[in-house]
Amino acid sequence: MAIGWYLSVSAIIFCIGSAGVLTHRNPLVILLCLELMLNAANLALVAFARMWGHEDGQVFALIVMVVAACEVTVGLGLIVAIYRRQMPIDVDELNELQG
Amino acid sequence: MSAVLFFIAAIGAIAGAIGVVTLRNPFYSVLSLVAHLICLAVLFLLLRAEFVAAAQVVVYAGAVMVLYVFVVAYVGGGEQMLGGAVLRVLGPLFALALTIELCIATLGSALKGVSGKGAPYVAGFGTPAHIGSLFLTKYLFPFEVASILLLVAAVGAVVLARRRRGLEGPDEQLALQIRAPRPAWTGTMAEAAGTRIVETAPEPEHVGDVSTREGGW
Repeated sequence: MAIGWYLSVSAIIFCIGSAGVLTHRNPLVILLCLELMLNAANLALVAFARMWGHEDGQVFALIVMVVAACEVTVGLGLIVAIYRRQMPIDVDELNELQG
Repeated sequence: MSAVLFFIAAIGAIAGAIGVVTLRNPFYSVLSLVAHLICLAVLFLLLRAEFVAAAQVVVYAGAVMVLYVFVVAYVGGGEQMLGGAVLRVLGPLFALALTIELCIATLGSALKGVSGKGAPYVAGFGTPAHIGSLFLTKYLFPFEVASILLLVAAVGAVVLARRRRGLEGPDEQLALQIRAPRPAWTGTMAEAAGTRIVETAPEPEHVGDVSTREGGW
């Protein structure tokens, strides 16, 4: 398959993720949609690595996975903290940083 | 064969992504994301990225998604709430426009590399040995930064998710005092000095009638 096909799939997944981030109000689902966008970027990186025949893109895909894991950890920790304080889990309500 | 596999995996990945966005229950969204990640791993395999595919399945679809499932079970998810009416219409429109734009940008660029099948395959491309040697030589600095980032994220998550204020109030502190019922008129020096509160056991009602006891010292 040509590399362009992989890039199109990556673009479609990225846009689905961005639509989810824009339309949802539950931070859990927003984190899931962020994962979608990061994975789309990963797919593009790996496709470019295949295109050039270098493994550098794969190395960066792995680093993106590390960053995604960190983001998930901190995001889920925030959600648990919000839940402990019995505040609404809704990004429209949580519009100030002051606890 | 690879074309068939590509279309199956691509349709699965896109269907999983749509499921994440559209399913009402966050728990089902997480499961849909797991399916999406596995289809994506198949795409990585088709792109000869074996190590990345394995890491995707083991680390991402395994460990990270377990974390998600735990938090969804803890918080209780409930029904999904969608945003305001404006965003509900504008969001998908924006996404559609972005898709078309990105596809035009990638496919319409007439670059030879994009329409080709990629560089000729050399043995050992994408194996853990090659990736590992790159990580320890050329990309040593990003590797170390990533490890520090993981450490900081772990510490941050512990700080965020712990109980913030310790004990809530004096009532809860009292409840945590040791309740050791002991006979009347006995106790420790701390209780006698009043620095420690203790609930004395109720006085035995039948102190007087020792004779009715069966045994006894």
